[in-house]
Amino acid sequence: MAASSSGRLAGICSLKDKISLGYSNVFCGSFATSACHHAQPQIKRKASPQLVGVVGLEIHAQIYASTKLFSSSQVCFSSPPNSSVSFFDAALPGTLPVLNRRCVEAAVMTGLALGCTINKRSLFDRKHYFYADLPAGYQITQQRLPIAVGGRLSYSHLVGRKRNQVVDKNVRIKQIQLEQDSGKSLHDSYRSQTLIDLNRAGVGLMELVLEPDMSCGEEAAAAVRELQLILQALGTCQGNMSEGQLRVDANVSVHRPGEPLGVRTEVKNINSARFLARAIDYELQRQMAVVEGGGTVLNETRAFDFKSGQTVPMRDKEGLQDYRFMPEPNLPPLILYERETVPAHTDPRQVVLVDQLQEQLPELPRVTRDRLVTTYGILPEHSFTLVNEDGLVDYFVGVVQQTRAEPKKVIGWVLNDLLGLLKQQCLTVSQSPVSPNALAELLDLLEAGSISSPAAKLVLQELWKGSGKSAKHIVEEQGLGLMRDRSEIQQVCRRVIDSHPDEVSALRAGNKNVLNKLIGQVRKQTKGRADPQLVRAILEEELSRPPFHGETT
Amino acid sequence: MVSPGQRQRHLDLGTGGGRGCEGASSGAVCLCLCRCPRPCGGGRVSPTELCTRCLEQVKRTGFLNAFVTVTEEQALRQASEAERRFLEGRSLTASPLTHRDRSPPPGKPRGPLDGIPFSVKDNFCTENIETTCASHMLKGYFPPYTATVVQKLLDQGAVLIGKTNLDEFAMGAGSTDGVFGPVRNPWSYSAQYRERPGVDPRSDWVITGGSSGGSAAAVASLGSFLALGSDSGGSTRNPGALCGLVALKPTYGLLSRHGLIPLVNSMDVPGILVRSADDAATALGVLRGLDVRDSTTIPPPAAPPHLPDDIDIARIRVGIPKEYHAPGLSAETLCQWGRVADLLERGGASVEQVSLPHTQHSIVCYHVLCTAEVASNMARFDGLQYGHRSEVNDSTEALYAATCHEGFNDVVRRRILAGNYFLLKRNYERYFMKAQKVRRLIAQDFARVFRDGVDVLLTPTTLGDAVRYCDFIQEDNRTRSAQEDVFTQPVNMAGLPAVTVPTALSSRGLPISLQLIGRASHDWQLLGVAKWLEQRLEFPAIQLPQDVSQAEREAGVPGRVRTSVL
Repeated sequence: MAASSSGRLAGICSLKDKISLGYSNVFCGSFATSACHHAQPQIKRKASPQLVGVVGLEIHAQIYASTKLFSSSQVCFSSPPNSSVSFFDAALPGTLPVLNRRCVEAAVMTGLALGCTINKRSLFDRKHYFYADLPAGYQITQQRLPIAVGGRLSYSHLVGRKRNQVVDKNVRIKQIQLEQDSGKSLHDSYRSQTLIDLNRAGVGLMELVLEPDMSCGEEAAAAVRELQLILQALGTCQGNMSEGQLRVDANVSVHRPGEPLGVRTEVKNINSARFLARAIDYELQRQMAVVEGGGTVLNETRAFDFKSGQTVPMRDKEGLQDYRFMPEPNLPPLILYERETVPAHTDPRQVVLVDQLQEQLPELPRVTRDRLVTTYGILPEHSFTLVNEDGLVDYFVGVVQQTRAEPKKVIGWVLNDLLGLLKQQCLTVSQSPVSPNALAELLDLLEAGSISSPAAKLVLQELWKGSGKSAKHIVEEQGLGLMRDRSEIQQVCRRVIDSHPDEVSALRAGNKNVLNKLIGQVRKQTKGRADPQLVRAILEEELSRPPFHGETT
Repeated sequence: MVSPGQRQRHLDLGTGGGRGCEGASSGAVCLCLCRCPRPCGGGRVSPTELCTRCLEQVKRTGFLNAFVTVTEEQALRQASEAERRFLEGRSLTASPLTHRDRSPPPGKPRGPLDGIPFSVKDNFCTENIETTCASHMLKGYFPPYTATVVQKLLDQGAVLIGKTNLDEFAMGAGSTDGVFGPVRNPWSYSAQYRERPGVDPRSDWVITGGSSGGSAAAVASLGSFLALGSDSGGSTRNPGALCGLVALKPTYGLLSRHGLIPLVNSMDVPGILVRSADDAATALGVLRGLDVRDSTTIPPPAAPPHLPDDIDIARIRVGIPKEYHAPGLSAETLCQWGRVADLLERGGASVEQVSLPHTQHSIVCYHVLCTAEVASNMARFDGLQYGHRSEVNDSTEALYAATCHEGFNDVVRRRILAGNYFLLKRNYERYFMKAQKVRRLIAQDFARVFRDGVDVLLTPTTLGDAVRYCDFIQEDNRTRSAQEDVFTQPVNMAGLPAVTVPTALSSRGLPISLQLIGRASHDWQLLGVAKWLEQRLEFPAIQLPQDVSQAEREAGVPGRVRTSVL
């Protein structure tokens, strides 16, 4: 607290930024399947307006950094228990926190990406509670003056029967604060003991507080999904919910519009975006039933049980705890600078420059989507799918740049065929056995009319096997090239006409739809190699001739 | 460090030549670092001999209860290493080394502290050496690392004699409230005190003050040349004053707190207990500096390698804060205060009265801030990772409760309770916030006075000389802390440097000391004024009896010295 020590960012360890740009995690998540108004529970009453849900979120994002927030222990998800614990992490007496520069930068970048005001001066506080996996008896957090305040998360979700209508929404961000993660307790009920793993203790977290601007589970899930993408684009958090890198607690209440907000509950223990939507919707429905039934909602913490799909009260009395907040005396105020304001003779390793980080911000998902739509003319909903899948944008752009095929055609192949195969085998884009190059070559063959579309699908299947053969090679080897010889196709068509007298009669009787069936038969017999337009023309020509009844009878 | 001039006149140890050395007439050790082994060959005593003499003295004065652990084996090993450096260094050109030379080539003395025996308060972590904080809670705790300031001394080749006694977790002003029992002030056994009529050494021994009483006793009884204490509200200056030492509380942030088991993080500083201002400057030069492990350390100011011998105080403006004329100030201390103020004035300094109006609120403000940080800092002693662990294991909560109850004494537990009360949501603003505001006002008082041109403030360090143990314990720890810290405590609120200098013996034959308070980071200026005073005050050296074991018998206590297992 010495006056002399304020006004600078002291003791930051000079860590090299070890963040790679590739992400090892891919998210198989997709948007919730029901539109908001479907999920929104509705209980109508004649006398008063309908109850609506109010949802706010508290999100803990583990900062993607090589070391912890206040110590130089490595951060690693699956290392052996207690293998990554410094003296400080174990709260040995006499140890002091040393702020990790990388974590500060991550929080500033996240704040900038979300349009927050970055506090040039922020403070650290101690939040006290006794728990076995909190070795110091307090968590260092930013209760009074967090690093970033007042931002906005813009997200979109898809509605409509075909899920092709994009609805844009905003949720205000109250603040982003830096804080320490706790360790993990493993309860061994058989031996009635608790085992403590401190590997996670002290890992840097960004707590993001999202204002109650959402009204249902799907909106919340969409907001979290968008946040996940932003954090991944920034590289500030890997965002994997199942590994606990992104943890979401929901504050849920119901009220009638125009009336004060209702009593809220906090729903915890949610480890996927899908469960988040379900947990919130269940909780909204439960609260509405309580209010409609004349009861009162209790201010409590509830846990989501994903097996039953319900929320159940948690026994702990966290709501009643007095955290006895206190300024953290071992950390001077965190001061951030801009190039213009940085004091002379300051060690550059000790300084975080906000304007520099602003310039280094990567393209955010929303911008990427807009760019894809305007540059390639693809549908907005397709831009979502591309951006949601890690690496798929680059893949798509890679194919487009190497093929003569239209982007609108490419998108179908990438989203339906390639992504379908990847999903089937639970592979990430980077693990795809078909490179953008190979797919581009295949699409070129299709575009040049060398193969038919069905044949191209067969070639893709072959490419997927990863034999190393090129598309052209496969086409030649398997004789999948387009049949263009008119007499050859004519022969096949005649065979089909001869073997389908019923269909021919129906056609002649005026049922034009039957022609498609005959075309399908021809395609089948030519393994899809026949030029479909030629087939149609020949069939029509053959059928337009009068039947040779006289000859045959 | 020592000026070249001084380095020329090396003295044989124990010859009694020069100031203070008659005190070492038993042949133990001399008083100041300046007469210790020097690279340039003037020293007459080898590091091993010096270490051995200190260890012998520690044993002879074991009844003082100054040490919790004596690291004899390690000390002898370190001393022999220092000795090897001196022997090999004879042939090399002697050049004074700065503290930056952390790993000089072997065979070259490492600097002014190479081979110098020192002690450390037992709330500094020392790797593989038990660190107890004089508490059941940390009995048997062997830290896996060494505090930065201790490491700096070890890196300089200084020889660790042992870990010194204190009040439990440094909470106290008497060094009477630790689990190892009270520390006895060496002056209790001095000729100066004992030869007064009516003194019964069996019951009339006086306290050292605290909480760094063990460190003060170790240096005052000539068992070490230098000791580290800690100072959150006066814990270094108070025992330093009562034991007749020069005790420096440096500017907050000048010395690293990494490895110092905290009392009040925002006020704690490692303190330096020595027998002269020169020694304090030498130690400060070695100990200061930024530490990446302590984010509150500040870049050290440029400082001279040693204090000059001819100090000019003509341009120094000395402030006498009128509020320090507090109730309970002894007549003798008041008299010394006046005498020294006159001395300074005669020396050419301008002496003026100043006002620090908020100082009177310092103690109550400290009480709130201290207990709040204590409550927070003590939360980690839950018995799970280290330290005492209760047998009670009905539940985790029961284990916590029992561990704290068994591990901490009443003083610690009361402060935890009070601190948690002040931090409750409903009380935070009324107590903690208000105390912080008062703290700022106190700091602003100092800032204003210094801005107005005052260089140093001269105040008493304690109300009077050391109190008899049997009188001291008539009041509880809380009352005593409030009384004893009254002059020392405001400095910690403001993070300023302060040094206590012994001025004279009281009519009882015990040291009376005054305190100098300086601007932040002006520690050397402060020590310069301290040295100027030291040169003129001629404070007598302690006269311990030839046969200290006689004192021990009279004291009626067995010497309790524990040797660490390494």
